[in-house]
Amino acid sequence: MTAAAIKATAPADAPAPAPAPAPATDPILSVRDLHVKFVTRDRTVHAVNGVSFDLARGEVLGILGESGSGKSVTLRSIQRLLPERRTVMSGSIMLEGEDVLQMSSRQVTGIRGSKVSMIFQEPATAFDPVYTVGHQICETIVHHEGISWKQAEARALELLELVRIPSAQTRLRAYPHEMSGGMRQRAMIALALACRPKLLLADEPTTALDATVQIQVLLLLAQLQEELGLSIIFVTHDVGVAVEVSSRLAVMYGGQVVETGLLEDVVPKPAHPYTRGLLASTIHGSMRGTRLEAIPGSPPNLTNAPTACTFAPRCPLVIDGCLQGVPALREVGGSRLARCIRTETVVDLPPPGMAAKEATPA
Amino acid sequence: MTRTRELDLVDETRPDVGGPKQPLLLVQDLRKYFVVKGRNAGFKKSPPVRAVDGISFSVAKGETLGVVGESGCGKSTMARLLIRLIEPDEGDVIIDGQKVASEDGISVREMRSQVQMVFQDSYASLNPRLPIEESVAFGAISDGVPRKEAMARAISLLDKVGLDPRLFVHRYPHELSGGQRQRVNIARALALQPRLLILDEAVSALDKSVEAQVMNLLSDLKSQFDLTYVFISHDLNVVRFISDKVMVMYLGEIVEIGEADEVYENPKHPYTQALLLAQPAMDPAERRKKAPLTGDPPNPIAPPPGCRFHTRCVFAEGVCSQVVPKLTTTGGPGFHEAACHMVIPGSGHSQAAAAAA
Repeated sequence: MTAAAIKATAPADAPAPAPAPAPATDPILSVRDLHVKFVTRDRTVHAVNGVSFDLARGEVLGILGESGSGKSVTLRSIQRLLPERRTVMSGSIMLEGEDVLQMSSRQVTGIRGSKVSMIFQEPATAFDPVYTVGHQICETIVHHEGISWKQAEARALELLELVRIPSAQTRLRAYPHEMSGGMRQRAMIALALACRPKLLLADEPTTALDATVQIQVLLLLAQLQEELGLSIIFVTHDVGVAVEVSSRLAVMYGGQVVETGLLEDVVPKPAHPYTRGLLASTIHGSMRGTRLEAIPGSPPNLTNAPTACTFAPRCPLVIDGCLQGVPALREVGGSRLARCIRTETVVDLPPPGMAAKEATPA
Repeated sequence: MTRTRELDLVDETRPDVGGPKQPLLLVQDLRKYFVVKGRNAGFKKSPPVRAVDGISFSVAKGETLGVVGESGCGKSTMARLLIRLIEPDEGDVIIDGQKVASEDGISVREMRSQVQMVFQDSYASLNPRLPIEESVAFGAISDGVPRKEAMARAISLLDKVGLDPRLFVHRYPHELSGGQRQRVNIARALALQPRLLILDEAVSALDKSVEAQVMNLLSDLKSQFDLTYVFISHDLNVVRFISDKVMVMYLGEIVEIGEADEVYENPKHPYTQALLLAQPAMDPAERRKKAPLTGDPPNPIAPPPGCRFHTRCVFAEGVCSQVVPKLTTTGGPGFHEAACHMVIPGSGHSQAAAAAA
């Protein structure tokens, strides 16, 4: 199987390419107009519809979205982990100047783990249950770096210490089922860092963990990012988690980035009605006895590529203009972009959640 | 049974047996140990998992009790014990003054017409081969309600949970989204006109925007049908939003229980404090710098002696590993109890007050 299976064809009726986000100087990763379509005999799903973003070196980008928003598919395309025979991809994913979508499968295998690696939601299924954790880490190091098993073992021990696993020496010989959930997730981070990647992709790595363990793993990732100068893309559905780890936020809805900007700008004053709705419907603090500002309706069906704003059917601010074609990403000041024709109105609304707070408690 | 068979679902048929002061749900010293199959390395029989280890609490009529705790703390086992999906080893469940499964009380079947449950996995809880109206009507039919009436009741309930009957009644579970399926499960739970609804992580699998819709729906239904909720979740924010009273569990025991605002504003047990501190901040300026606890919760097969939390507690002293702390009032305004030697006067902990004279 070669790259030929990935058809680099632009959709015929695609809207004009979105403007490039403010170019970071020498970004480690630069995604431009990425489209991902899953084609089966029965139906086609337009999972990602024109995603563009840059990731600066040493930056943590949080991709926030609900199920079906295309956040995980975007992440997986960066390592080309999607099933090749059923996936149609177009656009470009430039990783340190090389387009991942144009690479041969051999080349892709070469970058997986060494340049870019990934941690997953369920560490229990990411590890092979019949080998010890140490064996799996050594195997990766030997494969990529061609050093002896003994040297690899020494490095595996260093890695387990790096992710703060207590009594690392014994844990090297532990099987995945002998570890607790939090410990397994730490071991998976060690495995992902085994070949000193520059880019770490995290796909909801803390969603399956308990709150007291989740915060430990989040803080560990933040420390590692600083110590090793990693660039991280962190995909999550949880606003709180995204706030905890990221420096910049990209909010996805219906396979598109609907808003992106610095965390400090987006959270207090969202510029897209979906971001606002998501923040307002996230329960936090003392809101007892109030009514939540829920977003009515359900997420879009992605059988057809979007021809208008995908959020329009659920949007409280919808006007005729919203249905006249897909809105472009517009600048909202600074490095912020929002895919909405009414961003000025949205930014001027009171902060999300405040309307509910001001309502008189029962 | 003297149940009126009317479509009007406001329930006058469930007599308020004990009067308004009698708690709707009273749980006394409930205990469930699970026997672990197989033997451990020493070829001895493994000790049992102490899933729920002697818990007692009450829920007043019209009240919402929130239950929080991490995985393995026994909150779901407790829910299943309340509705007798599993048999307790010891302890009593008393619904409105009537002991469940007892000679002088009510049968399990009678209890289940008053207590219903909504589960986390909305898809696994519905029969994939039944249209949703049949699923909703099924319980009522098997309880003796004529089919025609049960179906009419199902349609009216689907309307009440926000699913337009004209569009939805003939659909199958796989044709619905997660949020819609959970609405069906709520409608089904209400079909028997229960007084108590147990919601076990009922909104945990939903996206945030949908979760907010379902939370609003639960608030509406509660006032409309005079319901009492036991709301179980690992999400402290959601529990605070809906609960009047909150109960915090750790390794099968209650460590703190009290009025919701008291517990959240003024947590007394170090575990509750840690849980609250472990919540991600919603404000970029208030990011967490330090994890409140290290390590994972210990194994409930061999819980630590004394206070079960002492192995992870920063305030632990000698007394904590020797004496089991009892739930004791914290002395704050309103109902608030914690099982910690620091709040028990004269417990021997250096931070505890002196024993009352």
